[in-house]
Amino acid sequence: MKKHARRAAAATTAVLTLAVLATACGGSDDSADSKTVTLVTHDSFAVSKSVLKDFEKRSGYKVEVLRGGDAGAAVNQAVLNKGNPQGDVFFGVDNTLLSRPLDKGVFAPYEAEGLAKVPERLQADPEKHRVTPVDTGDVCVNYDRRWFADKKLDPPRTLQDLAKPRYKDLLVTEDAANSSPGLAFLLASVAEFGEDGWQDYWKKLRANGAEVAGSWEQAYNDRFSGSREGKGKGDKPLVVSYASSPPAEVMGEKNPPEQAPTGVAKGTCFRQTEYAGLLRGAKNTEGGQALLDFLLSKRFQEDLPLKMFVNPVREDARLPELFTKYGETVDDPATVAPRKIAEHREQWIKTWTSLAVK
Amino acid sequence: MLRLDAVTVSFGERTALDAVDLEVAEHDTVCVLGPSGSGKSTLLRVVAGLQEVHSGRVLLSGQDQTGVPPHRRGVGLMFQDHQLFPQRDVAGNVGFGPRTHGMGRAEADRRVAELLDLVGLPGAGRRAVTALSGGEQQRVALARALAPEPRLLMLDEPLGQLDRGLRERLVVELRGLFRRLGTTVLAVTHDHGEAFALADRVVVMERGRIAQAGTPLEVWQRPASAFVARFLGFDNITPATVDGGTADTAWGKLPVPDDIPQGGGQVLVRPGGVLLREPREGLRCTVEARTFRGGDASTVTVLLRPDAGPPLEAACTLRDAPQEGAEVGVVFDPREVVALGDPHGAPDAAHTPAPRTAGPGQGPLVRPGPGDGGAVSPEAAP
Amino acid sequence: MDVARREVVDRDAAARDLPDSPEGPVPPGVPDGPAAPARPSAAADRRGGGGTGVRLALMAVPAAFFALFFGYPVAAIVFRGLHEGGRWQSGRIAQVLGDPDILQVLWFTLWQAAASTALTLALALPGAYVFARFDFPGKRLLRAVVTVPFVLPTVVVGSAFLALAGRGGALDVWFGMRLDTSVWAILLAHVFFNYAVVVRTVGSLWSQLDPRQEEAARVLGAGRFTAWRRITLPALAPSVAAAALIVFLFTFTSFGVIQVLGGPRYATLEVEIYRQTATLLDLPTAAVLTLTQLVAVAALLAVHAWALRRRESALSLVPAEYTARRPAGPGQWTTVATVLGVMLVLTVVPLLVLVQRALDGPDGYGLAFFRALGARSDSATFVVAPVEAIGNSLAYAAVATAIALVVGGLAAAALTRRAGRLVRGFDALLMLPLGTSAVTVGFGFLVALDEPPLDLRSSWILVPLAQALVGVPFVIRTMLPVLRAVDVRLREAAAVLGASPLRAWREVDFPLVRRALLVAAGFAFTVSLGEFGATVFIARPDAPTLPVAVARMLGRAGEAHYGQAMALSTLLMLVCAGVLLALERVRTDGRREL
Repeated sequence: MKKHARRAAAATTAVLTLAVLATACGGSDDSADSKTVTLVTHDSFAVSKSVLKDFEKRSGYKVEVLRGGDAGAAVNQAVLNKGNPQGDVFFGVDNTLLSRPLDKGVFAPYEAEGLAKVPERLQADPEKHRVTPVDTGDVCVNYDRRWFADKKLDPPRTLQDLAKPRYKDLLVTEDAANSSPGLAFLLASVAEFGEDGWQDYWKKLRANGAEVAGSWEQAYNDRFSGSREGKGKGDKPLVVSYASSPPAEVMGEKNPPEQAPTGVAKGTCFRQTEYAGLLRGAKNTEGGQALLDFLLSKRFQEDLPLKMFVNPVREDARLPELFTKYGETVDDPATVAPRKIAEHREQWIKTWTSLAVK
Repeated sequence: MLRLDAVTVSFGERTALDAVDLEVAEHDTVCVLGPSGSGKSTLLRVVAGLQEVHSGRVLLSGQDQTGVPPHRRGVGLMFQDHQLFPQRDVAGNVGFGPRTHGMGRAEADRRVAELLDLVGLPGAGRRAVTALSGGEQQRVALARALAPEPRLLMLDEPLGQLDRGLRERLVVELRGLFRRLGTTVLAVTHDHGEAFALADRVVVMERGRIAQAGTPLEVWQRPASAFVARFLGFDNITPATVDGGTADTAWGKLPVPDDIPQGGGQVLVRPGGVLLREPREGLRCTVEARTFRGGDASTVTVLLRPDAGPPLEAACTLRDAPQEGAEVGVVFDPREVVALGDPHGAPDAAHTPAPRTAGPGQGPLVRPGPGDGGAVSPEAAP
Repeated sequence: MDVARREVVDRDAAARDLPDSPEGPVPPGVPDGPAAPARPSAAADRRGGGGTGVRLALMAVPAAFFALFFGYPVAAIVFRGLHEGGRWQSGRIAQVLGDPDILQVLWFTLWQAAASTALTLALALPGAYVFARFDFPGKRLLRAVVTVPFVLPTVVVGSAFLALAGRGGALDVWFGMRLDTSVWAILLAHVFFNYAVVVRTVGSLWSQLDPRQEEAARVLGAGRFTAWRRITLPALAPSVAAAALIVFLFTFTSFGVIQVLGGPRYATLEVEIYRQTATLLDLPTAAVLTLTQLVAVAALLAVHAWALRRRESALSLVPAEYTARRPAGPGQWTTVATVLGVMLVLTVVPLLVLVQRALDGPDGYGLAFFRALGARSDSATFVVAPVEAIGNSLAYAAVATAIALVVGGLAAAALTRRAGRLVRGFDALLMLPLGTSAVTVGFGFLVALDEPPLDLRSSWILVPLAQALVGVPFVIRTMLPVLRAVDVRLREAAAVLGASPLRAWREVDFPLVRRALLVAAGFAFTVSLGEFGATVFIARPDAPTLPVAVARMLGRAGEAHYGQAMALSTLLMLVCAGVLLALERVRTDGRREL
């Protein structure tokens, strides 16, 4: 009895291994199927199932989503696979990284339907349309409303404010070398003070007790006093986060408050725009084009905010109530041209590290 | 049944087996006897197929075993320290062989019960082997080795670690068992008492070679070399020149039996042949030590320092034993004087089982040796 | 147990330690005898040519596995980096290694790994001792619990650890200690993370060492410590070395803990490689750093192999249940209590904080976050359907464990019989993935496995394959010492009884190493369950595992996300603890069944 059982177990293992390998090898053929369209993206991509189902039903394509790490890793993977891509469409390269895939020729041109509804300033490649803007997000300093109310202090509004003595030891930001909001905040200072002026600003900021955390998670969840209604036990009432963080704080509350517990310092923002593009060498170009159209469709654009906590690029897309009630509209965020970022990024980060960390 | 043809095994510089020829007949019990390092365990490993042979052949039932792995040789081996499988109970150990040979579970269970009865452990099947006493482990190891009905059963120091009483009892049991089952047995031991009690024939090994082979009685009575004699516990050995009825030795002139070869060589005087007399008579000696051996005959070994020549051992009864420091005279009994062959010129008679003729009237005078195993006397072996 | 039984056990053990007879080149059973090769190796040497063939056949599968899924991808990405633009960028090597920033990273990597390993051994060896030698209530549960940190994703570990050592954390409240801004946080987090490695690898062997050996030494006049140092320590040395090696490799290549706790000031080589590859796409620099790390790890493995070669010997093992007893007297109780206290503070408190945070809902304590996890996945809150993530995790981990056991088991069987340099090299080779950056392997997959029939880039199998790469060294490390400690003559006894080598392995070695195998399987499974690094760098079909889901939720602002992340982490903990507890059960039932 036992002997048979053992033999059976051994056989099962062998068969299982073979089956696994067979499935694995066979599985990769799926993407060649013209009825499947593959979206390569980063880990933060999200979409409501019903919205995606809708697209599949209407277009007749089955959508497969491949995720490859954080935004930087995903972009670099696409660059490495240039010409022999894993899928048909890539979504998730933002303006701080855009030059690299553009220069390496990762994307093929396609003018997506609905581009007319997108403000022109967001279109990074207006002649060739190799990339299509999909969403924007603003990185801003968030403040803990209760803390400032208790201290009877006005929250800061601008980057300059943060260097003032009354906000000493209150700010926590992120490592620009490893964290996307950290880098965005550095770029905001570059945009504000110019290529030769931001270094002085950071010296002042450091002298004013700005702390640098390793990651957004640590800064926001553990160091910031305003997150999770103060349960985080953090002692910093100012943190570099997103303009969409206040609505996120309220989300899921049974008894929604009048006001989000956190606010946004509107003069400290840097705008990130995320782009999608048709991958050169895609097996299903038509499907990819349909998918790009879908990313700009009103349905998807209106689904975006609550799924990825970003703003739609379509001007006619309605924001959900959570955003309109608790979020704040940033009118004049800072930006830096992708080309300039690509040229100086490494040097800026190096300089920043020596100024803010060491 | 088993034949070794010029089997040689060496480990680097050292030769463990040096062109060994050996034959074991069906239903025979052969004991390989030798001190540590003589190559006897290697011999078993070679037969079992656990040790590769550098030259020569092993034949089982006439078939060359070269290249046959251990599990296809159909031999049994009982390891010196049993090597019971610790994770299996007694029945699991004993039933291992039958099951590897494809025996069904029910049949194997029957066989296990049968063997446990045979070795005197009825109903012990479910016990953990780690909970057994040494003697019980021995029996389980034996049952396990016998269970697949090997054509040849090999035992490596089968009784080595047991206390004396148990060992003596088991020797008798084993011998009876093997006889009853008709098993062909090849055993190795360093204890000549054990070997003599167990074996139909013994093979004495010395540094990878066979020093002597024969029945226990033959080997006991006529050690082929000084090495064999000393290994059997005889120390009264001296160079001698035989001329007619006497031998010229360090102890003076000794009377010798008629059939002793003439000329130079070595002779052994068994302790029983060293007869104690009044100080004036014969070779004058001082009693250096006396050791009581016990046993039915109340034997005492007396160590003597002669005026001339190397020390002598004498055996006598307790009643006759002199005090330490006493002066005695020694005379020699020619019937207890044995000529020893040249150590390496010894007849390699392993595969010629015909016994060499024993000297007339020597049998009855054989006495227990002084060694540890002396309590099992050769007389017990028919 | 009763005295009689213990005595018999000892007699058997003593017998086994006797040289079988000095005619073979058999060494005395003295562990530190001059140039004493262990008995099994002597037997293997005698066996000669046939064994080599078997060994090579056994090695074929693991060798192919490693060549295909490790060697080739890593070589491909390194090649791409150093051969950029169609010519060799050899100048980059000196340039990168001459950079003071890089040198600082190297130095930090090295010293923090050494310090973490030393600290882990210092704190965890007493734990291994207590687990091996004492029985106390809740032992099984505790053994499972201390292993849980090991499988938690580093984001969660970092957060949990801050709850212990950060502002307002347990240490802050109790002792006024705040470590979150110092390097101590990293070191202690590494202890928290790797405690189980030491307790399990060393403890499983320790619990089977015959305590009578130490007692024999004491009777011979050795003091308690001397007896331990001269008898037990040498016997444990291989497993302590193995544990130290694994801890060192883990901390040397530490990524998540450093990212979460290190802040911008501290970076390991692994973090730097990640930055160069995933953020900057500076492949030449990444290639140089990858090679540097490989060389360092290879050197470490070589030293380890060299140090170990003469240390291993056939051990006298006894069933673990004979060696553990209830503490007796105030001295032993104090020892046990102290060790368990340290263990609790270090490993259990941070876990409890996670649970507390998962329960601390918007309306006070309750299961609100857990209930939220069960809500419909399309309701806007969700990034990932939690139930789906649990299923994915278990499925991936099961496949990864199967692969790791097959590959690792074959490799361990091949390596059992020690022989030439080739085999030793193979041994070290199989350890390399532990010391290689996950992002290197992940990107290597992408570059190398991109042509049919091996276009596995977008196949789900990449995930368990990557996890198995990390699991295999565990399987080998856990099984090898025990396999080698199995007396070769038990195998011979089986052979003489008619068992073929395969059957002998299955019926003799396998039952004896079952424990080790289960421990190995448990490690492989839990490592796969918690594995985050390697899989996250591979673009793969969207089947998020628990750690991935936790990370995604933690990456969102808001109490709901954070609470659900903690709730998911708690679920992950419970799943792991459940698996580990089940394994503990199997471990003890094993003897009864056989």
